[in-house]
Amino acid sequence: MSEEEPAEAAPESEIAKASRVSLAAILATFGLLGATSFGGGVVAYLRQALVTRRGWLDDASFLSGLELSQILPGLNATNMSVYMGERLRGARGALVASLGMILPGAVVVMGLGILYQRLGQLPDVSGVLGGVGAAAVGLTLATTLQIGQRQLADLRSLVLVLATFVAVGLLHLSLVIVLTTLGPFSVWLYWPRKPAAGGAKAST
Amino acid sequence: MLLLQILGVFSLLSILAVGGGTAVLPEMKALTVNQFHWLTPEQFGQIYSLGQLAPGPNMLMVSVIGYRVAGYPGAAAALVGFFLPAGLLTFGVARVWDRYSDSPLKRACERGLAPVTIGLMLAGTLILAHTVIHSADDVVIAAVVTAILLAVKINPVLLILGGGLAGYLIGS
Repeated sequence: MSEEEPAEAAPESEIAKASRVSLAAILATFGLLGATSFGGGVVAYLRQALVTRRGWLDDASFLSGLELSQILPGLNATNMSVYMGERLRGARGALVASLGMILPGAVVVMGLGILYQRLGQLPDVSGVLGGVGAAAVGLTLATTLQIGQRQLADLRSLVLVLATFVAVGLLHLSLVIVLTTLGPFSVWLYWPRKPAAGGAKAST
Repeated sequence: MLLLQILGVFSLLSILAVGGGTAVLPEMKALTVNQFHWLTPEQFGQIYSLGQLAPGPNMLMVSVIGYRVAGYPGAAAALVGFFLPAGLLTFGVARVWDRYSDSPLKRACERGLAPVTIGLMLAGTLILAHTVIHSADDVVIAAVVTAILLAVKINPVLLILGGGLAGYLIGS
């Protein structure tokens, strides 16, 4: 919390300005988000807290981080925490931000897991869990449809969506195989190419 | 050794989780249920459901899988395995990311991987439905939750709790 210097002191770089954010403040902010964001909407909460409310990052670097998080493996919420923590305070910032994001929920879920271990066989409990599970399917489906709006509306990407779905969901092919074949193929399809790219007879 | 096995399985899943947690659910079930027999399909579904009741990123339930297999050390191994490899990769790439802001590779990856991600998420949803939907009542609960979430902005945890309440009332 070193706020001695007035904000308009000098046109400093983003990094220099950001380096004043203390590790404790990063931990508190990400920990609060980790403890209060529900149902997969973590990224929206992150933007609200770090860009809109605190101004630690601007929108452009937030979006750049989101692109990175989506391309790389891992959950958007934790990848974004790593990215934003890194921007704010380097390696230690990344570590503290991701611990803050993960630990509160991990403690809660472990508590539930221990209860489940003890009580999971009771009929009432399995009734509740059955309903929770069915609702979770609804949540997962709705989230997928919302995120995929654009992909499901465009014919070329719809074909890719269905091919991936059939390969993994119906044929039960290994994810390694699917990611190493369909992944590069799909990236190749979307490679920006010159109007007359000889040989590449991809559908347009 | 069991702990190393847990660490290995979840590290593999971490690196394969292109498109996030839901996308890797089929592979997670294949490994933890079919290959290593750590859980029954039913337990897998129930543990995933539990995870929806907790705040934060939605795959923290991997800790419960680890816990069932090997107690608290197992929980820690699952968490470290699932979050560390992808985290380290993101950290490494984040440091050089801005240098390649206009590279065609980045654009193509972003646009090309999106449909694959959605396909994987749909497959994850299907696998999940297979393991937790057992009756017509369950189908109704899932359909109602989907419809509400697509129609209005509401905190999903309320619907998850509502589903639990409905399950309790139907079950008793």
